[in-house]
Amino acid sequence: MKKELPERFRNHKHVWVFIEQERGHVHPVSWELMGAGRILADKLKVELAGVIIGPPGEATLAAAQEAACYGADLVYTVTNPIFADYRNDPYTKALTDAVETFKPEILLLGATTLGRDLAGSVATTLATGLTADCTALDVDPDGSLAATRPTFGGSLLCTIYTLNFRPQMATIRPRVMPMPERVERPLGRLVEHPLAMAEEDIVTKVLKFIPDRDQAKSNLAYADVVVAGGLGLGSPENFQLVTQLASVLGAEYGCSRPLVQKGWQPAERQIGQTGKTIRPKLYIAAGISGAIQHRVGVEGADLIVAVNTDKNAPIFDFAHIGVVTDALHLLPQLTEAFRRRLSAHIRDRIAS
Amino acid sequence: MHIVVCIKQVPDSAQIRVHPVTNTIMRQGVPTIINPYDLFAVEEALRLRDRHGGTVTILTMGPPMAEESLRKALTFGADRAVLLTDRFFAGSDTLATSFALATAIKKIGETFEPVDIVFTGKQTIDGDTAQVGPGIAKRLGLNQLTYVSKVSALDLAGRSIDVERRAEGGVQALKTALPCLITMLEGTNEIRRGSLPDALRAARAEIVTWSAKDAGIEDVTRCGLRGSPTVVKRVFAPTPRSEKAKIIEVSQAQLKATPKDQHKTLLPEALI
Ligand SMILES: Cc1cc2nc3c(=O)[nH]c(=O)nc-3n(C[C@H](O)[C@H](O)[C@H](O)COP(=O)(O)OP(=O)(O)OC[C@H]3O[C@@H](n4cnc5c(N)ncnc54)[C@H](O)[C@@H]3O)c2cc1C
Ligand SMILES: Cc1cc2nc3c(=O)[nH]c(=O)nc-3n(C[C@H](O)[C@H](O)[C@H](O)COP(=O)(O)OP(=O)(O)OC[C@H]3O[C@@H](n4cnc5c(N)ncnc54)[C@H](O)[C@@H]3O)c2cc1C
Repeated sequence: MKKELPERFRNHKHVWVFIEQERGHVHPVSWELMGAGRILADKLKVELAGVIIGPPGEATLAAAQEAACYGADLVYTVTNPIFADYRNDPYTKALTDAVETFKPEILLLGATTLGRDLAGSVATTLATGLTADCTALDVDPDGSLAATRPTFGGSLLCTIYTLNFRPQMATIRPRVMPMPERVERPLGRLVEHPLAMAEEDIVTKVLKFIPDRDQAKSNLAYADVVVAGGLGLGSPENFQLVTQLASVLGAEYGCSRPLVQKGWQPAERQIGQTGKTIRPKLYIAAGISGAIQHRVGVEGADLIVAVNTDKNAPIFDFAHIGVVTDALHLLPQLTEAFRRRLSAHIRDRIAS
Repeated sequence: MHIVVCIKQVPDSAQIRVHPVTNTIMRQGVPTIINPYDLFAVEEALRLRDRHGGTVTILTMGPPMAEESLRKALTFGADRAVLLTDRFFAGSDTLATSFALATAIKKIGETFEPVDIVFTGKQTIDGDTAQVGPGIAKRLGLNQLTYVSKVSALDLAGRSIDVERRAEGGVQALKTALPCLITMLEGTNEIRRGSLPDALRAARAEIVTWSAKDAGIEDVTRCGLRGSPTVVKRVFAPTPRSEKAKIIEVSQAQLKATPKDQHKTLLPEALI
């Protein structure tokens, strides 16, 4: 398809990042997207704006201020007590209304449960394109957003465009983009956008919010050291070789998708395109072949060490250090060696 | 009560291979399955029907062979199956797909009985966008409940439903009104084995087969490639890292010989 942007979209300009704020807490993916958005905005020579939907008060203002420190030129806020908890209907109205009023050309959201729920509704209401779970964003010389995501099954990526509709929308998963540096900066402009909606207008009610218990929250996505195992481990029992090494290193542990499908590990331990994206300083992958869906979840790691019996395994295309050997033998050796070498103090330091 | 469950027939991803030279996906001979996430939606719909009475209609949009998936869903005990198939649908992105499905659901409501709940899976294993559910809900004005882990209460007389929904950092307990659309989270129930009578019925069942026109779609430019704002422009293989991995081959004998210092060669000094 050729690019023939209809007249009505030609005044859409600027890059927007949806800042996901719930119960006074901003999801870090919002700042990661601010970093990605900054690059796009600079290339396009336009402004970068954050959009915050939330209850009136301190937390929303603080988030707006924080957005400036991560690179926003200006921030739009839609505030109303109805936004105390996320609900699809009022959030969709608020974001759609803001987009229709201020007409951004690009709108980025985190691919969280909230972001995906919202993005799908907003894109449908605006009848525009939405590219899911992107792993790379860029703009072409003609200004079009090039959003890249893995394609199914094989070792391929595809680049998707929304040529003739605006805004061009994309969701990006937490940890795919690097966290930009925070620089203390005053907020340039704050634009408050009113939304006339009252609690009586909303059908869906939040009965309660049950926070996850601490042990249910794995810190996999944000851990500095991660050890993971794949099908090469051969059996669910052998997975303890991974957890043992992780525990000695003060690391989080994870796995490839087949282990979740087989019920060896719970879904929140899965690393990859349909699991978590990680960006640790050190990633140790044992018995994992390195399929594209796994690769896109770990590529942000500073150092990737892969242990695999097959020296032609695809994981060696993106690992920094490849150890060609039997993981079932190497893992216990590593655990033992580290146990001897690492004092409890160092372990804590690695973990923190 | 009338529930519609949307299912998608997908290639069994475990069996897909990429052509090493042309970098294209080799689909020939790859078996197709019901998108695994959709089975949780089918099961939840059947449970609600078993408890509250009513009918479950299964809907899929796809090529004629997608009929197979519908028959499979009937063996679990669903009451009716609708296949939406037309060459106009080829190349649909999620906006075009949700348009076609939403229009068909409206038609299903008019043709059979009004629809109270629409179920979809959380996402598919091929397109994997999780956008079709919200797209249908928005078009039909259904109350949208995504990532649902549990239907806690259903009050048909009062037209209300309570669910638990996976949110960031916790679970939201929500109450909303019917009609609604639920995208069901994986691992939340276990799909039943169909009964023998259901298997026999499924084999003989007449699948309702609709073209775009039959489903009430007047403007076919809103379907397929023409109705899709997204355009896939490039498909390519990821570039290998410019520096090759430092490869260390460790034989069994070596493993046994030098356990103590193994980590020195294998892992960065900074960490030790
Ligand atoms: C839509 C879609 C989404 C997906 N999402 C994800 C995702 O999020 N995450 C993910 O991981 N996968 C995902 N996959 C699956 C992915 O394509 C691969 O199938 C999967 O990553 C393979 O897992 P694996 O490496 O553990 O197993 P395999 O590919 O079977 O690899 C096992 C490896 O272990 C090696 N090995 C065997 N024995 C030993 C031993 N004793 N010691 C050391 N090495 C050994 C083998 O040489 C082999 O390389 C997805 C697929 C699809 C279609
Ligand atoms: C590799 C790849 C990448 C793609 N990327 C994008 C993208 O970024 N943006 C985009 O708009 N489109 C994209 N598409 C197109 C998209 O996959 C199709 O529109 C597809 O028809 C529906 O989307 P999905 O598979 O992602 O479904 P999802 O939105 O993940 O599916 C959610 C649920 O909707 C129901 N459902 C989905 N499809 C059907 C159907 N045909 N019949 C009945 N029920 C159904 C099922 O219950 C399913 O569990 C992509 C396709 C491929 C192959």
